[in-house]
Amino acid sequence: MIGVLAVQGDFREHELVFQRMGVPIRRVRRAGDLAGVSGLVIPGGESTTIGKLAREYGVEEEARRRYQEGTLALWGTCAGAIWLAQEIEGYPDQPRLGVLDMSVARNAYGRQVESFETELAIDGFERPFHAVFIRAPVITRVGEGMRVIARYREDPVFVIGERAMVTTFHPELTSDPRVHRFFTDLVEREVPLKVG
Amino acid sequence: MEAKGTLKVKTGFAEMFKGGVIMDVTTPEQAEIAEEAGAVAVMALERVPADIRAQGGVARMADPKKIKEIMAAVSIPVMAKVRIGHFAEAMILEALGVDFIDESEVLTPADEEHHIDKWAFKVPFVNGARDLGEALRRIAEGAAMIRTKGEAGTGNVVEAVRHARRMWKQIRWLQSLRGDELPAAAKELGAPLDLVKWVHEHGKLPVVNFAAGGVATPADAALMMHLGMEGVFVGSGIFKSGDPKKRARAIVRAVTHYDDPEVLAEVSEDLGEPMVGINIDLIPEEERLAKRGW
Repeated sequence: MIGVLAVQGDFREHELVFQRMGVPIRRVRRAGDLAGVSGLVIPGGESTTIGKLAREYGVEEEARRRYQEGTLALWGTCAGAIWLAQEIEGYPDQPRLGVLDMSVARNAYGRQVESFETELAIDGFERPFHAVFIRAPVITRVGEGMRVIARYREDPVFVIGERAMVTTFHPELTSDPRVHRFFTDLVEREVPLKVG
Repeated sequence: MEAKGTLKVKTGFAEMFKGGVIMDVTTPEQAEIAEEAGAVAVMALERVPADIRAQGGVARMADPKKIKEIMAAVSIPVMAKVRIGHFAEAMILEALGVDFIDESEVLTPADEEHHIDKWAFKVPFVNGARDLGEALRRIAEGAAMIRTKGEAGTGNVVEAVRHARRMWKQIRWLQSLRGDELPAAAKELGAPLDLVKWVHEHGKLPVVNFAAGGVATPADAALMMHLGMEGVFVGSGIFKSGDPKKRARAIVRAVTHYDDPEVLAEVSEDLGEPMVGINIDLIPEEERLAKRGW
């Protein structure tokens, strides 16, 4: 079962993509909702808000335990990417899961008027992917266990690990399900993806 | 090639606010309290609606210096209000780098006939609406987000409830029509036919729709979420109450957990004095803010 963290943000857009693919979805708001979930999507939204609300009702702690135990795959989009990162530059105290060996800088492209959309080449994808970046973070460091599979200009925007992936853009805002399919494949793998 | 200021980028940004609370603030200190409580954005203002109502006079865009101070104080998005039709105020806010502009009936209208041509801007706009026709007219002008007008500065949720229910009733009505009945419906609503067709097909507004105007308690916020709103603006309700920190935090939790009565009960407890409300029947027609704009 795929879960979508539903404390704040565009979780409904993720659900709609999965529903069109015929993948059943559960909304996760409290720790107990993670039972039976093998892949958790963290949507776009406001990362400070998501971080606080996920901590209060035990989701953060339970997700960390399950990820470390190897029974939960993770995908963070935009704010979700920030939540997964070990280091958030300039905001050391911001609540987050912090399990992925990478650093991010929030709002690094500037304020909303600098948000943009573009065609993005992704390793292993036959055609470019239409990517929407909204007050997006920039991934400033990627650890050894992670592999960059797409960059915009010089910066990594799609990074994968053995049981996790991060996109700084919003595949849920376009009707193209390829990145969502990539995640369900990652979740279903019996042997973790080989990276690095 | 990258494209900025597109419809997708504007409406997509509004999607990120969903399930969240946007709070009116008048100082950097209030903005910090809002961020700490878990607000998804703040609305930078000179005076909250309750004070505008009490003090009277012409209400205008806030001083750019104040907006800049608030932008410097928090990492979350900052919105600010302009008067209806005052596109020069909007140009100033866009130049300041404000993330979202509210073309708001809470300020004194600058133009009684025309709203701002919002397509001309890279920065996205939110507009108030009392019904579906008004919402679609604003979207046709380029609004990337809609909110109910409610009756700002009253602490009384009744108008926001009326506007939310009316909008959904009209959406359900549109869905029930035959295709060849839509042009007449568009005429009746006073809205462009292409948007009327879109709503007929999808059963919702084409942009994010928030509640605003009179939300004062966690229960008010939860009520609006149950009525199909996708998030909540809180104006005077927080910083005109006895314990703003606690109330701000409680309203954020109430929006996330609106269908979980246990959490609602927990966060509603011991919040101190709410803002003093106003009975809307006692406000003379000409002083009602929701009447501003068309």
